[in-house]
Order: sequence, then C-alpha cells, then structure tokens
Amino acid sequence: MLNELIPLIWIIAKILVILIPVLIAVAYYTYAERKVIGYIQVRIGPNRVGVFGLGQPIADAVKLLFKEMILPTASNPILFVIAPVIAIAPALAAWAVIPFGDGLVLANINAGLLYILAITSLGVYSVLISGWASNSKYAFLGAMRSAAQVVSYEIAMGFALVVVLMAADSTNLSQIVLHQSGGFWHWFWLPLLPVFVVFFISGVAETNRLPFDMAEGESEIVAGFHVEYSGIAFACFFLGEYASIILICAVTATLFLGGWLSPFQGIPGLEQAFAFVPGLVWFVLKTWVFMFIFLWIRATFPRYRYDQIMRLGWKILIPVAVVWIAVIGIAIQLHIPPWFT
Amino acid sequence: MLTNYFPILVFIAIGIAVGGGLIIFSRLIAPNKPNAEKLSPYECGFPAFEDARLPFDVRYYLVAILFILFDLETAFFVPWAVVLHKIGLYGFLSMMVFLLILVVGFIYEWKKGALEWE
Repeated sequence: MLNELIPLIWIIAKILVILIPVLIAVAYYTYAERKVIGYIQVRIGPNRVGVFGLGQPIADAVKLLFKEMILPTASNPILFVIAPVIAIAPALAAWAVIPFGDGLVLANINAGLLYILAITSLGVYSVLISGWASNSKYAFLGAMRSAAQVVSYEIAMGFALVVVLMAADSTNLSQIVLHQSGGFWHWFWLPLLPVFVVFFISGVAETNRLPFDMAEGESEIVAGFHVEYSGIAFACFFLGEYASIILICAVTATLFLGGWLSPFQGIPGLEQAFAFVPGLVWFVLKTWVFMFIFLWIRATFPRYRYDQIMRLGWKILIPVAVVWIAVIGIAIQLHIPPWFT
Repeated sequence: MLTNYFPILVFIAIGIAVGGGLIIFSRLIAPNKPNAEKLSPYECGFPAFEDARLPFDVRYYLVAILFILFDLETAFFVPWAVVLHKIGLYGFLSMMVFLLILVVGFIYEWKKGALEWE
C-alpha cells in the first residue's frame, strides 16, 4: 500500500515545487505591475505595507480572504461558484509541461504544445459560465465580448503554433527548445519573427489584457464578467488571469527565445564565462522580459474599440500567420541554413 | 506511455483543489450577512429593471461558427507540421493546395462582410 503511494507523494511534492513559486510569482507580479505602472506614470506605487510596499500582495490576499463572498439571488449558485475554480485550475495545471531547464519538467509528454493549447482554451469557459451564471447585464455583455475575442485570437495563436511545429519538428516542448540550440541567432524569434509578434499579441488578447480588455472595460461595463464576484471568488479570477499571463510569457520564452538555453552559446569566451549559470536562471530572465513587456503595453496603449479588436485578429494576424506557414514550408523544402537544415 | 500523463492529471486535481479550497476556506472564516439589497444584481445602484438574459448580437454566433471552421483546420495542420521534414515536397504541396482552398474560403467570407463589426 505504502509502496504504491510513494510515487504519488513524489509527484505531489514535485507539483508543489512548481506551484508554490508560481503562486508567489503571481502575487509579486501584481505588486510589480503596480510599481512599474506607477513609475511609468511618475508615481511611486504601493509603499506602505512593509519595506518598499513588499507586503502589499500578502495584505491584499488576506483582505480578500476575509471578505464576504456574495452569492446574488438572481444567479445560478452552482455555476457561479464553479466559474472561479475553472478560471484558476487550468492556468495552474498548464505549468505541468513547461520545461524549466534541461530535464527540469514535471511531465515530459510528446503532445506538450497541444496540451498547452487545449488547457489554456478552457479559460474561456470560466468567462462564459461566470457571465451567464451571474445573471447581470454587465457580466453577460462582458462574457459575450470576451468569448468572441478569445476565440478569434485563438485561431491566430493556433496558426502561429503550427509554424513553430513546422520549424521544430516536434510538439514536445523540450525538443522545441533543443531544436533552437546554437546561440542567439538560432532561436526561433528570428526566422519566425512575424509569427512571434502574432503569437505575443494573441497572448495579450487571450488573457484579456489592455489594450484588449474589452471584457472588463471598467469605464463602460464596470468589470465585465466578474462584476458580481467579491472576496475570494474575485481573487480566484485575479490569480487565474495573472497565472495565465505568466504562463503565456513562459511559453513565448520557450517557443521563441530558446527556453533555458544560454544566450551566449556559440560566442567564444562569453559562453565559458557564463557556463556556470543554470538554465533555470536564463528561462526565468527571458520570462521576465515578456512579463515586463505586458506591463509596459498596459501602461502605454489606450483600449481598442471592439470592431478594431476583431479587425486586428481576423484581418491582420490570421493572414500574417497563414502566409508564414507557406514561407516556412518553402524554407524547409529549400533547407535554408542554419534553422532548416 | 500513459504514465507520463499521470502527473498532469494530479496537477489538474491540485489546481481544482487550490481554487475550491480557497473558496471553502473563505466561506468558513469570512463573514456572511446577506440582505436583499446586497444580493440584487449590480446595475449602478438602480434596481434591475429587466431580466439580464438579453438576446445577443448574431455576430457573436457567426464568430463562433467561423472559429470552429478555422480551429478544425488548425487541427489538420498540426500533425502535418510535425512530420513535414519526412514527407518531402509531395506532402508539402498537398497541404498547400488545402491551404489555398482555405484561403479562398477566407477571402469569400471577408468579401461577404462576415468579419465586419460596424
């Protein structure tokens, strides 16, 4: 009996080693967001709780935990409670296949990229269910908008991933990273540059972030699909959203910036000088770059109009991705070095 | 083979447990003093004056249908993309014919105005 349980306990221990840093990253990403946007807007951001305001995320979490969770009379109570759980569970579970370093992956499955695509698209269910179950006009409008938008950008994202698969020959995320080895110029960001941009913009739209946050649109539909949520249920949506942002950044780093590979690979001198840095550090640094860009975008761009969002998704991103499928296909047929030998 | 996927199942279960656990824990320790005003749907402070189950714009429905079409086509592309290096020029050109048909359909719906929102 005990012998059968040991592998399970070992798996759970490994999951916690991934999960706890992810949750801490989510908490401090909200802090970083307020600080970075604060400085971009020439404010100083939160600085009251603890040194430099570092206690702020913990104070927020404790506050939300002790707040009443309102269950509106008009709502459908079961769906209303299920929706925040669906918001947070896939955003966390997707981390199972992310390779943090050479061999540092919980489940090294062959269909890794498909799993990411499948589980991140579950997020739209939480939006639809919460919007429907709240039985509130703002929530309903927000849910409709968000569902149509997420679904539209998922096509662009899907085509972008197809191009990555063509270039990498595998759906296994570790294999995709290893296929990019050979230094900075061998990473997929260069041969797949248009697709890289399409993927990242789709990622911003998928997570309902500014400038694509029509689903929330504070100034018109107050908070969109989670307008009726309070206390910890709201916090679940919040955690889920930030966990998916960090996930998108990690996936972008894995697919286009060579994951855990050192940027100094192939440069004599520098490669040896930085050989002691573990792959995990490079992976985290690359993810941070994209996380910062997310905040930068939020602080810089005004919100799009809905027809503009749909036009960008359908008429620009999808055609670009489709054209690049043909371009990369031809490049593979012609064996263009160094990427498609 | 399937043992590789078992940790994922455990991870999904733990993800659900995190969400559910937070809500149950908060339910136990947070105050719960409902009243009729607090539980009414939010509508900027006014009483809600009609049912929230509004009819919605048919364009959302159209987007959903187009999504199913294109997502299926992406699903066709995925296995092809993985074996592209092995199937050579013939495999590549076959898929380009398929892509061409897809593009013709895309241009058709574009010209028909299915992608317009104004």
